[in-house]
Amino acid sequence: MTKLVHNELLKLFRKKRLFVIILIVAALVPLFTYAQYQQAKTTQEKLGNADWRTKLQQEIVDTQNRLSSSRLQDDWRKYLKIRLAQQQYYLDHDINPQAPGAPTFMRVFVENSITLLLPLLVMVAAADLVSSEASGGTIKLLLTRPVKRWKILLSKYIALLLSVSFIVTAVAFLSYTISGVVFGYGGWDMPLLTGFSTKGEELLTDNVHLIPQWQYVLMEFGLVWFVCLVVGTLTFMLSVLLRSTAAVMGIMLAALIAGAILSNMVSSWESAKYLFMVNLALTDYISGMATPIEGMTLGFSLSVLLAWAAGGLIIAFAVFTKRDVY
Amino acid sequence: MSRSPALSVKNLRKSIGKKEIIKGLSFELYPGEVFGFLGPNGAGKTTTIRMLVGLIKPTSGSVHIGGKNVQTEFGEAMKDLGCIVENPELYPYLTGWENLEHFARMDSSIPESRLKEVVDLVDMGNRIHDRVSTYSLGMRQRLGIAQALLGHPKLLILDEPTNGLDPAGIREMREFIRFLAEKEKLCVMVSSHLLSEIQLMCDRVAIISKGSIIRIDTVEALLSEQERVVWNAEPLDQAKHLLGKVTKVSEMEGKLITLYDEDQIGNWNRLLVNAGIEVKEMRTKLPALEDLFLELTGGEHID
Ligand SMILES: Nc1ncnc2c1ncn2[C@@H]1O[C@H](COP(=O)(O)OP(=O)(O)O)[C@@H](O)[C@H]1O
Ligand SMILES: [Mg+2]
Repeated sequence: MTKLVHNELLKLFRKKRLFVIILIVAALVPLFTYAQYQQAKTTQEKLGNADWRTKLQQEIVDTQNRLSSSRLQDDWRKYLKIRLAQQQYYLDHDINPQAPGAPTFMRVFVENSITLLLPLLVMVAAADLVSSEASGGTIKLLLTRPVKRWKILLSKYIALLLSVSFIVTAVAFLSYTISGVVFGYGGWDMPLLTGFSTKGEELLTDNVHLIPQWQYVLMEFGLVWFVCLVVGTLTFMLSVLLRSTAAVMGIMLAALIAGAILSNMVSSWESAKYLFMVNLALTDYISGMATPIEGMTLGFSLSVLLAWAAGGLIIAFAVFTKRDVY
Repeated sequence: MSRSPALSVKNLRKSIGKKEIIKGLSFELYPGEVFGFLGPNGAGKTTTIRMLVGLIKPTSGSVHIGGKNVQTEFGEAMKDLGCIVENPELYPYLTGWENLEHFARMDSSIPESRLKEVVDLVDMGNRIHDRVSTYSLGMRQRLGIAQALLGHPKLLILDEPTNGLDPAGIREMREFIRFLAEKEKLCVMVSSHLLSEIQLMCDRVAIISKGSIIRIDTVEALLSEQERVVWNAEPLDQAKHLLGKVTKVSEMEGKLITLYDEDQIGNWNRLLVNAGIEVKEMRTKLPALEDLFLELTGGEHID
């Protein structure tokens, strides 16, 4: 099996797909770095000459005042206490919450690329894994070896898993090292709020707590990796079903873009929440953004994605091992 | 024959949709022979070969390679097989050598040294480290054969191996196939739509048309059936009686058929004429193989 995976990686590598993907990321990261740098500068200008410490101190006093009011609900009081702890931490450790470091950039970058950019990159890597063998005719040589068909497909799938992991790791590495040149490499310990959930219009804060940024980033990258894996698996299935790599990319592209559009307009079409492409924004559950459809939770989205990936994988293997190859 | 067959096909059928494309083929191939699979375009040669190598599932019937059933003992069967189906398509972005390494990795019984051997066998030493995308068709064909030979197969199946080659390439290919059968004791199955090719390199041939095998025989037997003469004479019975005294005569569709004998044909004719028989037509008939094949290719509509 390792020899088969070796073969697949060799082909992937020699087709230079991964190389192109890394190049794309390496080109985009400086672009976004510059954008965020500009944004930080604008915020700074708005604050005027005032020192950020003075402003933070002001906020802390504000929060304390609100806490001392007796008419507060319990959960709100708890939330404010956590906010206070966060602000106090920033002040004590001399962290300017408005000035991004490289870890903050990484976080913002994956949050914004989880629904489209990264799935697209993964799609590019996965789209021709099987279809190129079919359209190039090499599948006839591949399938007349003393190796069972499911093993050949499995080796391709493992190669895909490795590529996806490689892409996600490379994105993490590149976004950290490149943006760090501008923002500095610190900020891993900065505490961030998480644990929000929504119920109806309300933002529930009962479970909100602080976690250090490194943990936050790690969680987000885990979710990104999972999303990429699901998108990769579905692309892989299409690649088995279709001979044309262009058709695979076309369908996947349409689905991903449809997902991005639908997320903004399906709030009243409830069953849309079972579509995989509406569930890609997993990092929103950590940062506490509103979900496209009411009642969606991290667990729900993970299950939907898992079900789609499992379905795709079953179809891919069933078709590949039984199909007549012309 | 007492030897065990390298390939044994029994009542093989394939329907695609409602159309039956292969209609019950049965044949056996033996080690050391070159077997021709001759038929016009669209006869079903490639479809048959795809079933032999396990790329498509037969609707019914069985294929055994070296005694192993391709359906149920796929891995075992494939160890004895090397094949090129249609064009020799390899990875164009890899070098010839990398392509061979790629396929060698898929069979753990292939030792490292085998790669060098097959490269020498097909005489590709000087270009093997170039990318396949720079190869000519002839070189791709040779690389294709090299990859087919990697696993020391007992059976080599080549689908139209001379298609698109220039005359020198065709000749080289022919000699190479004969070499493999005679020196390496391989069983080689070669499909073609060209009679001349099959005639020159095969020991036995199956003629296939519209999904059925019309005839299987040795090329020798088919060719040694001599040219014959068709006689149209009046009265027929008397002519048959007279000719029967000097040679073997058979009657077919109101005509007489004898062997063609350059020295005697004039005498036989005189014999008939002297007896007052009117000889309306004397015509030589082509040898059986060509005859059969022309009948096939000439009279067939490919749909
Ligand atoms: N995938 C397919 N679907 C339907 N019909 C096919 C398919 N492949 C081949 N055929 C038909 O089967 C017949 C035999 O084709 P083929 O085996 O390629 O012939 P050959 O190799 O002898 O030229 C042809 O009539 C062709 O139209
Ligand atoms: Mg053909």
